[in-house]
Amino acid sequence: MLLRHTTAEVIERTALAVNPAKTCQPIGAMYAALGIHRCLPHSHGSQGCCAYHRSTLTRHYKEPVMAGTSSFTEGASVFGGQANLVQAIHNIFTIYEPDVIAVHTTCLSETIGDDIPQIIAKARDEGKIPPGKYVIHANTPSYVGSHITGFASMVKAMVDYFATADGRKENRINIIPGYVEPADMEEIRRLTAEMGIATIMFPDTSNVLNTAQTGRYAMYPPGGVTVADLRRTGNSTGTVALGRLASGPAARALDSKCKVPCEILDLPIGLQATDRFIDTLRQIAGVSVPDTITRERGQLLDVITDMHQYFFGRTVALAGDPDQLVALTEFLVAIDMWPIHIVTGTPGKKFESRIRELTREVPRPVNVKAGGDMFLLHQWIKQEPVDLLIGNTYMKYIARDEDIPLVRFGFPLLDRIGHIYFPTVGYRGGLRLLEKILDALLERRDREAPEESFELVM
Amino acid sequence: MSEVWESISPDKLMPPAEEVKTELLAKYPTKVARKRAKQIVVNKVGPDCSVPEILSNVRTIPGIITQRGCTYAGCKGVVLGPTRDIVNITHGPIGCGFYSWLTRRNQTRPASPEDFNFMTYCFSTDMQEEQIVFGGEKKLRQAIQEAYDIFKPKAIAIFATCPVGLIGDDVHAVAREMKEKLGINVFAFSCEGYKGVSQSAGHHIANNGIFTHVVGLDDSIKGGEFRLNLLGEYNIGGDAFEIERLFEECGLTLVATFSGNSTIDQFANAHTADLNLIMCHRSINYVAEMMETKFGIPWLKVNFIGAEATAKSLRKIAAYFGDPALAARVEEVIARELPAVERVQAEVKERCAGKKAMLFVGGSRAHHYQELFKEIGMTTMAAGYEFAHRDDYEGRKVLPSIKVDADSRNIEELHVEPDPQRYSPRITPEDKARLALAGVGFKEYEGMMPTMADGTLVIDDISQYETEKLIELYRPDIICAGIKEKYVIQKSGVPMKQLHSYDYSGPYAGFQGAINFYREIDRMVNSKVWKYLKAPWQEHPELAATYVWE
Repeated sequence: MLLRHTTAEVIERTALAVNPAKTCQPIGAMYAALGIHRCLPHSHGSQGCCAYHRSTLTRHYKEPVMAGTSSFTEGASVFGGQANLVQAIHNIFTIYEPDVIAVHTTCLSETIGDDIPQIIAKARDEGKIPPGKYVIHANTPSYVGSHITGFASMVKAMVDYFATADGRKENRINIIPGYVEPADMEEIRRLTAEMGIATIMFPDTSNVLNTAQTGRYAMYPPGGVTVADLRRTGNSTGTVALGRLASGPAARALDSKCKVPCEILDLPIGLQATDRFIDTLRQIAGVSVPDTITRERGQLLDVITDMHQYFFGRTVALAGDPDQLVALTEFLVAIDMWPIHIVTGTPGKKFESRIRELTREVPRPVNVKAGGDMFLLHQWIKQEPVDLLIGNTYMKYIARDEDIPLVRFGFPLLDRIGHIYFPTVGYRGGLRLLEKILDALLERRDREAPEESFELVM
Repeated sequence: MSEVWESISPDKLMPPAEEVKTELLAKYPTKVARKRAKQIVVNKVGPDCSVPEILSNVRTIPGIITQRGCTYAGCKGVVLGPTRDIVNITHGPIGCGFYSWLTRRNQTRPASPEDFNFMTYCFSTDMQEEQIVFGGEKKLRQAIQEAYDIFKPKAIAIFATCPVGLIGDDVHAVAREMKEKLGINVFAFSCEGYKGVSQSAGHHIANNGIFTHVVGLDDSIKGGEFRLNLLGEYNIGGDAFEIERLFEECGLTLVATFSGNSTIDQFANAHTADLNLIMCHRSINYVAEMMETKFGIPWLKVNFIGAEATAKSLRKIAAYFGDPALAARVEEVIARELPAVERVQAEVKERCAGKKAMLFVGGSRAHHYQELFKEIGMTTMAAGYEFAHRDDYEGRKVLPSIKVDADSRNIEELHVEPDPQRYSPRITPEDKARLALAGVGFKEYEGMMPTMADGTLVIDDISQYETEKLIELYRPDIICAGIKEKYVIQKSGVPMKQLHSYDYSGPYAGFQGAINFYREIDRMVNSKVWKYLKAPWQEHPELAATYVWE
């Protein structure tokens, strides 16, 4: 057994986290910053933070992930990181020539209290920031929130630094896609284009973290939202923010800074959340939903109808990030599966009440915890086994020990290649999720069926 | 001791190394260029194996985009990571523990299903703002208690992350207190990420801690002939298993490995061995030194990467023990293993000979793996370490001339004296001298540079920019580095082999490992995939006016 020391008995823990279902803020900020065109993320802390984040993102995306670090030593930790950051800004603009450096802080620089705007101002005064180039920042102490709130902070920084309203309202909608994959961002763009809506999406990691193999490496791939577009977000007619935790703060900041009204929705994962997304777009953009999208919806519904017998009453344990889990839980309940153990590492009370509300009709006791960990989830599973696990790669240790099928979903997925190309948002993303869930369940059924009831047609 | 490789015939298409160096530095700001100029060296081996001085183990330039990680990574991730029965608690915010959770591919094989194995677990105090403001000792104490209550381990280790040092939590005091209270071994490491200039400082802190808190706790002689320790082998991809297999077949008794496939009990008993072998000189040579001073165990540098190097290392061990039966068994094993190696070598060499490699990785691998490339006829154009020191580049002979800077002074050097009861020299000075004459030199490591050809480039702590430039100027056939470099290189159309994780394959140590590596490199440098980079319409972009097929 790989997790041989995990027992069913839950001993209350107040201090020890075991097998976390979250990671720290800076990595989320780094991921978000990669969604700006020609931007180099910069980690203001020890060089290990940057190395860890780049490694983890690289293992997930199987793509180059570039970022700088202030490489704190003991001296910088005592006297402050100003000299390191000013030097880093100068070196980065000279050597790597990005348009934007997006600085995020770490537990180290936050604990010593480095004032990033003041350091950026100093770098500007000293002529270290070339004309037409930008340095932005987000405060992302690792001892607060999780990678999701770090992502949210960097997306909000894009608004704080760039969004401007010059009084002209332009017929366009801002889309804040949430902490989703490049393929999801592409899919969201496809849907809005299909509806004939002009949009600016930020951040946008498509064509940054899913680039083509051309034999020529480009440090700044073609994708990412441009600074010019980020500025124009202040003139848009409205903002649709997907994922309350990851996108909410930026949407609200844009509302208060530039008076751009916002709708904050769940991630469009599954039938109803996608319905709400499309319907909201329809109403605020004043367009009608094209038949092509209605047909996609119908196809998803058709597959649900066809597969329903295999989904009904199957229990699921989930670990992941709040925005994803909320949408996923709603989807699972909609297809009559029973999500009964749900854990996120990201703290926040609203999550638990939202999940309780979504699982009201599940005819089984439901365990849910925000700020929990996978050790707790595993213990719940030992007490009340489930038919399916959904979560990131670390869940495969539970899957193997308990012999439960696993659908890989979320961050990080370290052991499979290809997931970055297939969206899970929208109706088509829903189809893909259902196919994966059904494959997992039926593979298991095929494996376990007695010979006489091994079915050819299912 | 040292053998100088036959000089590679310089490829006529290759720009001279001096020119390449100038190009690498051209874009840098003056101050950066001045420093990097001392870390980029054109190799030239003098008559007595003297090589040019290289600046290393110095601070990374902020913003330059380095391969390096931090002290915590070196301590918790590298050195303590592979030991399966210690509950390793990261004291800090969640990230550090999360990123070092199972990501280094240290394999382990518990003796039974009941044995402790905590390597699949991540333990953290998940520090919150409240602890940053009011201190984290209370939470740490509670976390240790909970770990004990739930897991009942025989040992708990605490790893301090950046904020812990800044807010002044005394992790060692908490460890002492909990050790007393729980009656198990509890010890702590002040391995805050900002200490030192790279992972290397973390290795040092980890090894000092193990030496202080664990080595020597168990004096029992567990039996077996020819008892030795293997230091600096971390069992990536099962390397240690392959080495263990060879030791067993030769009749050698492995007391402890630091730290691949290890247990804390092995460390406690390590001082009873009669010989220390060093694989990764960088991460652990000082432990061997301390064990010699304190217990009288001599050490030999070995290398099990490369078939020839493996055979040579086994023979060195046999020569040390001076037992004819052992020497005969070693020869038997070598004779049994080599034919398969040579068969594959010959086959692969046909397709790989003359191809060019570059290696930028770690603190010993960039040296060791040149052996394997050499065995299949490939040449190394450029190489460098991520976190090594001058002695790893230039050889231990430069040790007296290495200046200790402020960053190194921050890393504690233990003062060790002969143990009053347990010091016992395993070999007489006369025998040592005799063996040295016969080619079995103690405390010897010639370093990477004397084994590299003249005119090759040696680059310490290579930057992203330099990596890109080198690819452009040299167009190597393969590059070895780590995960962060992996896809930059492959997106440039050059195959890339990870030498930290082995790209989830291996083992590459020993004879079987050599075969695995030859085959892997053959697969990579001769892969069809690189032929498909251009679509037909990119190869022949001229317009064809054939709307009508006539």
